[in-house]
Amino acid sequence: MAQNQSSLRSISDLRNSQPRFCGLESGHRACQGCGEALAARLVMESAGPDVMVANATGCLEVFTTAWPQSSWQVPWIHSLFENAPAIASGMEAAMKAKGKNTKVLAFGGDGSTYDIGFQALSGMLERHHNILYICYDNEAYMNTGVQRSSSTPHAASTTTSPSGKERMGKRHLKKDMLSIIAAHHIPYAASASVAYPADLQRKVRYAMGIEGPTFLVVHSPCPLGWRHESSKTIEVGRRAVECGLFPLVELERGSVANVMPIRNRRPVTDYLEMQGRFGHLFKADDPRAVEERDHLQALADYNVATYGLDGAVADPMDTKGAAKVRRGGGEL
Amino acid sequence: MRSALEGSQAIAKAVSLCRPDVVSAYPITPQTHIVENLSKLVADGNLHTEFVSVESEFSAASVVLGAAAAGARSYTASSSQGILLMSEVLFNIAGMRVPVVMTVANRAVSAPLSIWNDHSDSMAVRDAGWIQLHCTNNQEAVDTSIQAFKISEATELPVMVCMDGFILTHTMEVIDMPEQKLVDDWLPPFDFTRALNPAAPKSIGTLVTPDFFTEVRQAHHTAMQNALEVIARTDSSFAETFGRASGGLLSVEGEEDAKIGILAMGSTIGTLREGHRRHPEAGAAKIITLRCFRPFPAEAIRQAVKGLDHLIVIDRAISPGLGGIVGTEVAAALLGSKNPPRLHNHALGLGGRDIPETTFADLLDSVTKPDTPGFSIFDLIPENLAPEDR
Repeated sequence: MAQNQSSLRSISDLRNSQPRFCGLESGHRACQGCGEALAARLVMESAGPDVMVANATGCLEVFTTAWPQSSWQVPWIHSLFENAPAIASGMEAAMKAKGKNTKVLAFGGDGSTYDIGFQALSGMLERHHNILYICYDNEAYMNTGVQRSSSTPHAASTTTSPSGKERMGKRHLKKDMLSIIAAHHIPYAASASVAYPADLQRKVRYAMGIEGPTFLVVHSPCPLGWRHESSKTIEVGRRAVECGLFPLVELERGSVANVMPIRNRRPVTDYLEMQGRFGHLFKADDPRAVEERDHLQALADYNVATYGLDGAVADPMDTKGAAKVRRGGGEL
Repeated sequence: MRSALEGSQAIAKAVSLCRPDVVSAYPITPQTHIVENLSKLVADGNLHTEFVSVESEFSAASVVLGAAAAGARSYTASSSQGILLMSEVLFNIAGMRVPVVMTVANRAVSAPLSIWNDHSDSMAVRDAGWIQLHCTNNQEAVDTSIQAFKISEATELPVMVCMDGFILTHTMEVIDMPEQKLVDDWLPPFDFTRALNPAAPKSIGTLVTPDFFTEVRQAHHTAMQNALEVIARTDSSFAETFGRASGGLLSVEGEEDAKIGILAMGSTIGTLREGHRRHPEAGAAKIITLRCFRPFPAEAIRQAVKGLDHLIVIDRAISPGLGGIVGTEVAAALLGSKNPPRLHNHALGLGGRDIPETTFADLLDSVTKPDTPGFSIFDLIPENLAPEDR
C-alpha cells in the first residue's frame, strides 16, 4: 500500500504531464459546472497554439478576463457583441496580407451567433474567409442573466420568456441554425456537444485542416440558466443528444455527410426533467404541460427523421442516398 | 505628377501610395467612388491589398479593427448613415488604441433623408476618441490621407480624414500626386508593437473594472492632447519632403490688422477665400481654417483670434437644442482669455444648401447689426415651409 501511494502523483502533476496544449488556462471565473468553459478548453486543446481568437461579448469573454488578468494563452481579442465574425475576417485578411498561416478562430455564444451577430456571420461565411467559427450554444443570454435567445428551445422558461398563468415559457421554436449555415454551402459545418469530448475534438481537428470557413455549434449546458445540478452538466448534455433534441451531425458543402446515430433513444422527458427551466412542464393536472411535452417530443422525432439518427433512412454517403441530397432539397 | 482627378479617385490613389495591407468598406453615397476606385486599383494589379468587400459599414469598421489589431495597415471609408452604423465600432477602435485611417465623405444624417453635404456625420461621432482632420480642397485631402497613416501609427489613435461629400469627393481638381518612392521613404511599413501574435500572446479588449476604467480614459485623453503636437509636426515633416503643408492644426490668412475673423472647417474655406478675393470692398478679414477638430486645439485658437473684435464661427451641423457645435467649443476655448472677440456663431450649408461666395460679404455685414443672436442658421429661408411647420 505504502509503495502504491508513493507512486501516485498529485492531480496537478498528472495534468501537467499531459501532452496537450492549454490555450485556456484554469483559474477563470466561470460558474461551477459551466459547459461553455469546458467546451472552450477542449476546443483550444485541439486547435493548438498557432491560432488567434476573436471572441464576441458574452460569458466566455467576461469570465476569462477582467484586466489585468486573462486565462488565454493565445492572442485573443474581444471587440463587441455582434462583430466577432467581422473582427475575425479582418484578422484573417491581415494574416493573408502578411503571408502567415496562423488560423483565426471566432467564438460566440448563441446570442451573438443566432441573433445580434447573425449578419456578420453570414457575411464572413459568404466571403469564404479561412476561419473556424465556434458557437458555444447554451440556449439563452446567460451573461445578462438568462434571457431568451432565438436558440432557446420551445417552452423553456427564461427571465424574458417566463412560464406563468398565460404562458408556458418560450412560445417560439429554436432557430435551426445549422440549416442556415448549410445554405452558405461552406466546406464544413457540424454540431457537437460538450458531453462528447472526443467527438467534439475530432470535429475541431477536422475543421482546422480545412482552408475556408467552417462552423461548429457546441451544445454547452449552463447549470445556472438551465437550472440543473452543477455536477450534471455532462449528463444533461448527453441526454439532449440521446433524446434527439440536439442532433450531432456533420455537413459538407451544405449536405449531410455524417451523423451520430442514437442507440436506445430516450424520451425527451428524461432530458427535460433534469432542468428547472422545464419545471412547468411537469406540473400535475396541467393539460398544457402534457401538450408542450408532446410538442418537444415531436420536435425530437422530427430531428431523428430528418437526419436519420436511428439509421432508418439510407446513409447519405452511399450513392443511392447521395442522389437524394442536393442543393435546394427535394427529390431528384 | 500633376493631373486632373476627381476627388474620390485622388483619395483612392493616395491611399494606395500608403500600401495598406487591408482595405474594407461598404459603399454609400458620396463615398462610393472611393471604394470603386480602390477596387479597380486592386483588380488592375496596381494595389496589392486584401480588399474585404463586406455586407455593412458595421462589418467594414470591424474588419479594419481586426486587421489592424493583427498588425495590418488598414483603411476604410464611409459617410453619413454608414458612420452612424459604424459608431459602436468607432468608439471601440479608439478605446483599444488601434491605428486605423478612415475617409469621411461628409454628408447630412437622415431624417429628413439627404445625400448632400454637411458635417452631421462626423460630428455625431465627435466623442468617439478619433482624431478628426478636415480638408479644404482635394490636394489637402490627398496629402492629409498620407499624413493620417503616419499620425495614426505614431499616436496609436485612429484618424478620420473628413472631406465634404460631392463638393470635394465629386469635383475634378488638378492634383499633384506624390511620388511612390517619396511616400515609401516618408511612411515606413506599419510595425504595431501590440499586434496579435501567437509567439507573444496578448489579450486585447478585456473587461475593465472600475478599478482601472478611469485611468484608461485619462490615458486616452492624454494621448489625444499629445496628438496635437504630432499632427503639427507631421504636417511640417510632410512639407519638408513634399514641398507642401496642409495647414497644421489651423491656419490663418487675410489682412494682418483685420478686426473680423471667420473660422470654418472644410470646403467652406474655399468659398470664403473666393469671396474675400473677389470682393475686397466687403472689408478686411482673417480667415481661420480649423483643420484639426479633434483633438481640439484650444490654445492655437486663442492665439489665432488675438486682436480680433469679432469672430464668426461657421458650423456645418447643429446640435438641436443647443446650436452650433464648433461655435460652442470655440466659445469654451475663449472663456477666461483677455479681451476675447465677440462671438457670432452661424450654421449654414446644411444638407447641401449651396454656400455662394457672396456669403463672405453677408457674414462680414452681419457683425455690425445690433442684437444679432449668439447663434443662428444663417441661410434659413423661413418661407420654404408653411407657417405651421416653421
